[in-house]
Amino acid sequence: MGGEATKSISKEELWGGGQSPFSVSYGKMMMWYFLVSDALTFGGLLTAYGFVRASSTDAWPIGEQVFRSLPGLDGEYPLIYVALMTFILIVSSVTMVLAVEAGHRNDKSGVVKWLGLTIIGGFFFLGSQAWEWSHFIHGSGGTYLLAENVTVTADNGQTFNLNKGDAVYMDHHFGHLAEPWLEGDPLVTLQDSDHGVKLVQNGEHTHEAELHSLTINKYIENESHVSGDEAMKLWNARSESFAFGANMHDNEYAVQQAYANFFFFITGFHGFHVFSGVVINIIIFFMAYRGVFERRKHYEMVEKIGLYWHFVDLVWVFVFTFFYLI
Amino acid sequence: MERDDLIVNDSYALNAHHSEEEGAAIRKNVWKVTAILTFLTTAEVFMGIYFKRAETFTWSMIKWTFVILTLVKAAYIVLVFMHLGDERPNLKKVVLAPYMLFIGYLLFIAISEGFGHLSNSTLFH
Repeated sequence: MGGEATKSISKEELWGGGQSPFSVSYGKMMMWYFLVSDALTFGGLLTAYGFVRASSTDAWPIGEQVFRSLPGLDGEYPLIYVALMTFILIVSSVTMVLAVEAGHRNDKSGVVKWLGLTIIGGFFFLGSQAWEWSHFIHGSGGTYLLAENVTVTADNGQTFNLNKGDAVYMDHHFGHLAEPWLEGDPLVTLQDSDHGVKLVQNGEHTHEAELHSLTINKYIENESHVSGDEAMKLWNARSESFAFGANMHDNEYAVQQAYANFFFFITGFHGFHVFSGVVINIIIFFMAYRGVFERRKHYEMVEKIGLYWHFVDLVWVFVFTFFYLI
Repeated sequence: MERDDLIVNDSYALNAHHSEEEGAAIRKNVWKVTAILTFLTTAEVFMGIYFKRAETFTWSMIKWTFVILTLVKAAYIVLVFMHLGDERPNLKKVVLAPYMLFIGYLLFIAISEGFGHLSNSTLFH
């Protein structure tokens, strides 16, 4: 058997063709091939998201209703935090271009400086994503599904005909005690109050949370608040199906678990790419610092990891539009 | 064992060197593109806040504007930051041609198919 694999061909003959048809080195070419194929993975995920969303019979959460918090601040800032993450990634892409440009001038200190800033930008992005995940997982109060059809009048005077299975959202304080109460914590009890019901947590300190108001349509369109007797109608029509924040089985944002799963998978897979990128950048940073590329007389390695880093930025631009905006 | 998959002749990498003056022009262009990308992202966010989702012509136009701005941003990143614009035309086509098709498909799925959430909002009235 004498296939191509066993042929003995000299290195000069194999690779010494004298000319690359693309005028790029082998390594850069393979980086482009890798990025072209990796983009298909992300494209596949976003397409799958589109299919599932399109075939969903229940309302699908919208980005500016779900992602509207900033760390350490009260109030509502729809998509501002995600836009900030996009901006951080764009800036770290810019410092990377400047590192590549410095490499083309054999400017070692320039490469080290800009690559260092790129790594810092990468850590900022990873930190932001960690915060967003944490916020998404903890949620803001929790939700339950209705066990029967209810007609309620919201505080704004509008009347809503809610169906069995529709979601009702609790506020932060009430939801905070509702979770241990549902888990059977003996210290937490549901009691009647002057205006309706309240949850009381006994122990070293006593905490109380009154059912002031409930929210409908929270993540799917402009939300409406329901309070007083109307809120009690919604509370009494509750089923046993509660969800707090999000995990792999339940989520408070949507009736469809696919929504939370796509969030975790798409942003997680992208975050994993960012993490790998930061690790690679750190390795190349130290190689540049120790003068490996100076001795090699070119900084093409910085250009190759630069391609990967820009690709990560590029993917986020698409995730921003197709997951958050549209 | 000696690896035979590495090109010893790295003239392509060495050819990429440029002078201080050319570098200054490239850096200027990079900052210009940064400003454009930042502006477009900010514009997208404010459009998202200002215009409410509904089954209206306006909202579908907004959606298409998001898509067009995204493609503009992607073009700047690929052609300038990844400097594919400076590569030979054959490499450009190898990378871009499949995605001309694929992005069209993605848009079809995300935009024209992805209206499930809107047609159901009437449930609440």
